[in-house]
Amino acid sequence: MFKLRRFLKDYKLQLVLGPLCKLFEAVLELFVPLVMAQIIDNGIIKNDTGYILKMGGVLVLLAVVGLSSALVCQYMASYTSQGAGTKIRDAMFEHIGNLSHKELDELTTPSLITRMTSDINAVQANIAMTMRLLLRAPFLIIGALVMACFINLELSLIFFSASLIIALILYLVMSKSLPFYRAVQKSVDKISLLSRENLGGNRIIRAFSKQDAQQKAIEKETEKLSKISVRVGRLSALLSPATYAVTYGAVILILYFGAGKVNSGELLSGDIVALVSYMTQILLAMIVLANLVVLLSRGNASAGRINEVFEVQPSVREIKTEKVVPTENAPKVEFKNVSFTYGDGDNELEDLSFTIEKNSFTGIIGTTGSGKSTLLSLILRYYDTTSGEVFVDGVNVRDYPFSQLRGQIGVVPQKSVLFSGTVRSNMLWQNENATDEEIFDALETAQARGFVDDLDKTVAQGGTNFSGGQRQRLCIARALVGSPKLVILDDSFSALDFATEKALRNALLKKNDMTFIVVTQRISTVMSADKILVLEDGKLEGEGTHGELLKTCGAYREICLSQLSESEAEK
Amino acid sequence: MSTVKKIIRYTKPHRLYILLALFFAAAGVSLTLYIPVLVGNAIDFMIEKGAVDFGRIFGIIVQIGIYLVFIVISQWLMGNCTNIICARTVRDMRNDVFKKINRLPLSYIDSHPHGDLISRITNDVEAVGDGLMQVITQLFSGIVTILGTLIFMLSINVWIAVVVVILTPLSVLVAGIIGKMCAKSFRDQQQLQGEISSFVEETVGNQKLVKAFAYENRSRQQFSEMNSRLFKIGLRAQFAGALANPCTRFVNNMVYAVTGIVGALTAVSAFMGVLSIGQLSCFLSYANQYTKPFNEVTGVLTQIQTAIAAGGRVFEVLESEDEPDDSKSREIRQVKGDIEFRHIKFSYTPERQLIKDFSLSVKSGQQVAIVGPTGCGKTTLINLIMRFYEVQSGEILIDGVNTKEIKRDSLRKLFGMVLQESRLFSGTIMENLRYGNPNCTDEEIIKASKLAYAHSFIRKMPDGYNTRITEGATNLSAGQKQLLCIARAMALNPPMLILDEATSSIDTLTEIRVQKAFKKLMQGRTSFVVAHRLSTIKESDIILVMNDGDVVEQGTHGELLKRRGFYYRLYKSQFEEE
Repeated sequence: MFKLRRFLKDYKLQLVLGPLCKLFEAVLELFVPLVMAQIIDNGIIKNDTGYILKMGGVLVLLAVVGLSSALVCQYMASYTSQGAGTKIRDAMFEHIGNLSHKELDELTTPSLITRMTSDINAVQANIAMTMRLLLRAPFLIIGALVMACFINLELSLIFFSASLIIALILYLVMSKSLPFYRAVQKSVDKISLLSRENLGGNRIIRAFSKQDAQQKAIEKETEKLSKISVRVGRLSALLSPATYAVTYGAVILILYFGAGKVNSGELLSGDIVALVSYMTQILLAMIVLANLVVLLSRGNASAGRINEVFEVQPSVREIKTEKVVPTENAPKVEFKNVSFTYGDGDNELEDLSFTIEKNSFTGIIGTTGSGKSTLLSLILRYYDTTSGEVFVDGVNVRDYPFSQLRGQIGVVPQKSVLFSGTVRSNMLWQNENATDEEIFDALETAQARGFVDDLDKTVAQGGTNFSGGQRQRLCIARALVGSPKLVILDDSFSALDFATEKALRNALLKKNDMTFIVVTQRISTVMSADKILVLEDGKLEGEGTHGELLKTCGAYREICLSQLSESEAEK
Repeated sequence: MSTVKKIIRYTKPHRLYILLALFFAAAGVSLTLYIPVLVGNAIDFMIEKGAVDFGRIFGIIVQIGIYLVFIVISQWLMGNCTNIICARTVRDMRNDVFKKINRLPLSYIDSHPHGDLISRITNDVEAVGDGLMQVITQLFSGIVTILGTLIFMLSINVWIAVVVVILTPLSVLVAGIIGKMCAKSFRDQQQLQGEISSFVEETVGNQKLVKAFAYENRSRQQFSEMNSRLFKIGLRAQFAGALANPCTRFVNNMVYAVTGIVGALTAVSAFMGVLSIGQLSCFLSYANQYTKPFNEVTGVLTQIQTAIAAGGRVFEVLESEDEPDDSKSREIRQVKGDIEFRHIKFSYTPERQLIKDFSLSVKSGQQVAIVGPTGCGKTTLINLIMRFYEVQSGEILIDGVNTKEIKRDSLRKLFGMVLQESRLFSGTIMENLRYGNPNCTDEEIIKASKLAYAHSFIRKMPDGYNTRITEGATNLSAGQKQLLCIARAMALNPPMLILDEATSSIDTLTEIRVQKAFKKLMQGRTSFVVAHRLSTIKESDIILVMNDGDVVEQGTHGELLKRRGFYYRLYKSQFEEE
């Protein structure tokens, strides 16, 4: 929590004023019984109606002033917590934007999303709660203890020990139940996992007639959860009777010892009344404090998770921010002895060297896990090479500002992702100033013109209102808008039927001023490419045209023959 | 029936505990209320120096001690009863929703977001449990407290009691007004928060794409704009929500003040009956006690509202219509595998008729391939054969028996299925392979995995066949997952097969091996194969060509080529021929 305090630095005034107002309200509240005592002593006993009304007015005034000071505190707390939450959210979003792929892979998307939403909300609620209650509850406890000391030092010992015992009970019950709550969370996670499996795999479940087995599995887990809940309930159900018992045990002691002191004239009966009411006040305040501690510890865990994100530093950094000038006549892309590994494991790519000429159509083919997508990531500098260098237009990718490097490359990802908005808003991702003609032109090339006649057609989140094939074509169009000089397609024809793919390929080949790099598993996609790179286990197995590779590269030939007949391959 | 009534019906099996909870609440609370009276009595016996009645006081202290024991026990038992009621109701409800899901027609599952259904099983049921807990603890003890203090107050002074009774609900009223006031800002906040969440999900979830398009700055601007809107609305909502507590406290303070003034005036001039000073102080403390439950109930009101809303969502699922009951239909164990389609008509939505009139006769052991462009509805036929969806008219016959007359489970067991998305379940690899047929021996499983070319990579896993599959099966590659699904179908040894684009995510070399294994598996079995790659289905006995949801051509590869129709164009476009 402390590490997040920088987000609170603009709210110093509110942070001081809010709790003070709350404190003021609590002090006023303590005055109410005193005023009432005055009414009894001076009003009723002296039969003074005027005095009663006057002091009654004071009671009303106390209530009004109390209310307004509480409202000031509530506003300060709302303002500060909401403001800090907003700042954290902005900062975190920006920070995530700066992280590179390695860190994003490690943090994982779902966990980033929870941190960004519910964790920040928890911290926000925490700030507000702390401002409202943190001063009030201890103030009431300390106030009561101090008052008890003033009334009678000896009897105040009862207060101190009772407070200690209550605190101990609260601590014990909470720390004992904590592991249970963890078990509860785990069990709930299991239930949601089982439900997800049951829904996602429902066809398989019905096909294998396994409904009963699934039901048994869930019933086992819900029974387990129910048992844990009852057990943790047994523990937490102890809390209120135990503290109640201690409080009234203390009251009994006060009565017992107090009676002697009254008899000896050391105390008055009114003092005993006060002591008893202070004891109950301590109990109430302790319970508030305990709830607050639970809340704070939960918020603290959230704050910890938020901090974790802030502490992660991007591994791939922008080294230069000024634009670089491409070398003339250099190949579009060049790899020089590039090796790459994700962690400490085996090399994902090993000693790759090749060039891709300007305005060519290059295919990269290989089995799953051969490193095709990794190779593309290095061109975009999502990761830095472990050794060796990658050049785009003759300039090392490390010397580019990110926006210049990535902005000039059109990327079509493996998974066809569209963003909610309109077709137009999606098409403007590559080039925000593109005209409608340019967009329609890109759609035409991507074979997507047939199902898009209105650029303002809405796109649902994830693009779910388009079929898989349509989404893929829109993703291709998106990368083509603004005619980037280099376009990378990562297995981007998988959802297209062969007729559409062929039309698309022909349209791409007509773009003479663009370089295409196409990763695929389909031979037919790359058969007519200017150059084909064959990857296997991160190594370059072959390089050349279809005809050349068929003769020289065994791996390529094998892939070919798994998809085409001999005569088709030879064509 | 209202949601509340339905929730109450769920607690019925735990009636005994409810009665017990009520009893203990009544006992505990009334004793709790009586204790201040005893304490007051004890103090009354300490009049002044030398005038303390130790005997009486000691008697009262013993009395308090005894009551204390009862209070502690009844509070604890009440807590436990409440817990049991809630935990078991939650359990029963979850089991029922889960069971319901497996009885709903697949169209329901296909048309509802899974995240939403899961959240009903977990969060919504939990919210019902929490609400129930609040109702039982707060409402029960609240009612008893109100009744108890009311009786005590009435016995002291009827008129002033009436003043308190009339004034107190004011706090409820105030809470209600504030609640209405903030409802709108809360709704706005909720909506905006939802918007932000989905924006975050979208951009953070696709952060790599955002980088690919150097879109970071633009998305940050969009986020900032939403975030500052959230600040304004959130501040309003939070402050409105934070109003409730001080405002009700204010009303209570006012009640206290008015009671004090009226009581004091009564004591002076007796204009509302008679009141002694001691009675006044007693009255004031009861007035305080009396208002407390009202505050607490207003405090948990939102939680109860949430619980009712959540309950509504749960019952919405529970009350949806089941797949029709088929317990009286036929069981079929052994079949030859002849399948006949007669004049099938089908559509998912009434607006768009897909299959208009489809007939086909498949002999036992024949291989049927289904091809066509993406999104042409190839899986529709599978849905119909397996009766995941029902045909609108026409019939499907297996060995001459209409599938509608066969029990769904019995029908589905006749097919081995490998779907587009390889679906494994949490558990070990062995458990997954044994999924369809729990009686398989280890040897049979290993034999099946060898046939599916899965044995060699399973053996290399840390615990071999006993390796646990993690959530989302992240410890397996897409190809491996699919090989396991194939092995699972092989272990089942079914008379008929359904393969839905089963080999699309395995690399081509592995695919050759799998194809060989499939061929072995398909021998003598009627099989339906949905495939993209035309090269793999050339040898099929029958090829069904689909387009726009309907079957447009059928025949063998040779026949279809000769016809020079849709299939011909599809096939030729695969290769570079101008």
